[in-house]
Amino acid sequence: MNFTQRHITVALAAVLGLIAVAYVGVQGNLQLLFGVVVPYLALLIFFEGIIYRVIKWARSPVPFKIPTTAGQVKSLPWIPRTLGDKLDNPENRLWVLGRMALEVLAFRSLFRNTRTELVPDPKFPEKARLVHWSYKWLWLGAIAFHYAFLIIVLRHLRFFFEPTPKPIALLGEIDGFLQFFIPTFYLTDIIIVLALLYLLGRRLANANLRYITLASDYFPLFLIFGIVSTGILMRYFFKTDITAVKQLIMGLVSLKPVIPAGISPLFYVHLFLVCVLLAYFPYSKLLHAPGVFLSPTRNLPGDNRWALHVNPWNYPVKFHPYMEYEDQFREAMYEAGIPVEKEPETAEVEGE
Amino acid sequence: MSLPKPEELARVSYQPPAKGWMEVKPEFRPGTYCNAAAPKWLEWIDYPFPRQWSVADEDWQLPANWKEIVLAGMEDRLARFRSLKLFFDICVRCGACADKCHFFLGTGDPKNMPVLRAELLRSVYKRYFTRIGKALGELVGARDLDEDVIKEWFFYLYQCTICRRCSLFCPYGIDMAEMTLLGREMLASVGLNIDWALASVAQCYEKGSHIGATPQALKDMMEFLAEENERITGIKTPVYLNRKGAEVLVVVPSGDYFADPGTYTFMGYLLLFTYIGLDYTFSTYAAEGGNFGWFVSHEMGKRLNAKIYEEAKRLKVKWILGGECGHMWRVCNQYMPTYYGEVPTFLEEPVSPITGTKFENAKVHRMVHISEFTADLIRHGKLNLDPQRNAHIKLTFHDSCNTARGMGIFEEPRYIIQHVLPEGHFFEMPPHTIREKTFCCGSSSGINANENMELRMQGGFARANALRYVHERYGVNHMGCICALDRATLPTLVQYWVPEVEITGITELVGNALVFEGELERTTDLRDRDLVGFGEQEGGEEEE
Repeated sequence: MNFTQRHITVALAAVLGLIAVAYVGVQGNLQLLFGVVVPYLALLIFFEGIIYRVIKWARSPVPFKIPTTAGQVKSLPWIPRTLGDKLDNPENRLWVLGRMALEVLAFRSLFRNTRTELVPDPKFPEKARLVHWSYKWLWLGAIAFHYAFLIIVLRHLRFFFEPTPKPIALLGEIDGFLQFFIPTFYLTDIIIVLALLYLLGRRLANANLRYITLASDYFPLFLIFGIVSTGILMRYFFKTDITAVKQLIMGLVSLKPVIPAGISPLFYVHLFLVCVLLAYFPYSKLLHAPGVFLSPTRNLPGDNRWALHVNPWNYPVKFHPYMEYEDQFREAMYEAGIPVEKEPETAEVEGE
Repeated sequence: MSLPKPEELARVSYQPPAKGWMEVKPEFRPGTYCNAAAPKWLEWIDYPFPRQWSVADEDWQLPANWKEIVLAGMEDRLARFRSLKLFFDICVRCGACADKCHFFLGTGDPKNMPVLRAELLRSVYKRYFTRIGKALGELVGARDLDEDVIKEWFFYLYQCTICRRCSLFCPYGIDMAEMTLLGREMLASVGLNIDWALASVAQCYEKGSHIGATPQALKDMMEFLAEENERITGIKTPVYLNRKGAEVLVVVPSGDYFADPGTYTFMGYLLLFTYIGLDYTFSTYAAEGGNFGWFVSHEMGKRLNAKIYEEAKRLKVKWILGGECGHMWRVCNQYMPTYYGEVPTFLEEPVSPITGTKFENAKVHRMVHISEFTADLIRHGKLNLDPQRNAHIKLTFHDSCNTARGMGIFEEPRYIIQHVLPEGHFFEMPPHTIREKTFCCGSSSGINANENMELRMQGGFARANALRYVHERYGVNHMGCICALDRATLPTLVQYWVPEVEITGITELVGNALVFEGELERTTDLRDRDLVGFGEQEGGEEEE
């Protein structure tokens, strides 16, 4: 097995294995484990893990103010600065907020993405030309995936509240405005599937991406695909008792867990995969979500020259002091007419 | 060492090897790496493990406990730099950075994709500092640290010019430059350094500049350039050195007084200062604006940089004026005030003595960029400029990576260009290759040696290729820049890829265009090339 095959196989086997574990477990009447214990445990790991990780990051200081400046810096008042400059090279914390909002909500940096290819060009002496063009597909795939995921999570909140809050119900209605299927068909279901296929497909299709992609990259994709597909199956094809599911979840929320009868194993598989995702989150690259907020190339203003940044571990260093330097070169400096602090002794002698 | 022809070098294959990246070892082929640092440089600056070793050798004579040193060094840096910890943890390997790196575009080596270059370090972090990495190994990209790994670090961390183009495109702002710098620190901790960088560092530390000139030699060089000015323009442009009580300390990169074409920029500085009657001084002690120290470690950067404020204090100047240099300004902008640790109150908030402009943007750090300073002079109509004297120049402007992505100075040099060039003589390179998206010269960060020329030509391919485009399309014959490393390395690069083009600093163009009272009738530019439409050449040029 080569590198890629090995990493895909392991990731895929892991997800299939997890599905089997939940399915077999529930068949073996381990509903309490998969319906109550695991979800609580997963939530605990998720929150504890993220808090632990963020604290760990935060405990290391930011010694230098190193924003990636992606626009004209604030300088002389008449030097033109566009709105883009102000956002991409923020002059103070307020503009940093704008930069971060764009980064987190609109994936600003990914929107900037380009693609470069080497194409033959007989007119160039070296017979080849690098062509650069704006490439928005990755941005589109990423934004589609993340927003579809977000909306799906928000939609699920209706299982957590009794009665369902108005905004959540409204979100479900908007998402399901294409009513060509019974039950109401959610647009985000199809978007997330397409986005996942794209995100996986690009990793497989591009040789260099394949080269860098690890099992730990395939795994979350397969896992989320598993979550999405079990969800879709449950909603459109193999329906489960939705009232019972809500009962189970309300039980978890109110800390009075119950295991109602009539919930299909498919639901437990779905729930278990979600739990695995939660537990996997703080130990994996999924940490990019909290991490982006702390990124020093993005969350600091480009105000280095008018606002001092203090390095908490700044320490004195050994450097070559001027007087030592002059001692080394005094006579030659004096002879060359370069001002010195102390005239050379030989010069005084000559003067007499 | 024979260099392949451009046509051969441009045939880049982007097909990765069949074997997984952990199994592929670097191939140290002459022309692709820099020589090991000679022990004397390490001794000059108290660097650990000075020894005679060679990159081509199998045995790099690492200290017996090298592994412990590197891992302890990593642990220490994880504790001191949030950036490192975060960048190790949050990369999703989306690959957006891959085709952004000029070294990847030029070599096709997948380990030059920033994502994978970072993974070379990250894999060790995962193995020794994360539980999941300890448990799952290769599946999560973790691997043992062995001699092949450290050799790989050495090979690829010196195939990164710290240009930050990857960090611009990364959705989380992961900055390879930061990891390269810290990785190089770890390499240095076991005595793995490159000669070109360390020689410059040691010379600068000891004598005042990277080129290692003695104070008297430095004076000779500068005065020679002043004489050149007088010969060409008839104007005396006195050079002041170590003059106490001057208003402004001028710090420029040594490249500007050492070698062509930087020297013409230096002549431009002198002409400008004379024209406006600036009360200034250079220093033989703080004779270096550039800072190769920062290319090898944060601490060494500080050890060299410290001299600038020290000298400003000793000479009792009011503020500092910095010349055209890329990494000098990355350091001066993003590191210098923090290195110093407090507001340098022995200086004053900079005010232009000619226009009265307060440089509010430099009120803490008290150092002004020559392009800001010149743009302000032009804006206030203080310079009599004749753009026709640059009519032989069709210019494009190369944004230097450091001033672009480590500062954000884009408009000032373009404003100056607009006023020193005739209309219609300025052409931008393709939009994805300029401004914040600019491509590096391919030889920055201390790797502008001679023995790695093939790599340098590959690294600069993306830049040169964009230049080739505007040369073919608009007849561009000069590329301007505000960076001394560019002026040192781009001539070699364009000689190889686009020999029809020359490299120029922006202040050189200002020097060409400045009209002095009582000057000689100008028939040539500062490079002794005939001007268009002046003197004898008039007839000949028209005919064509």
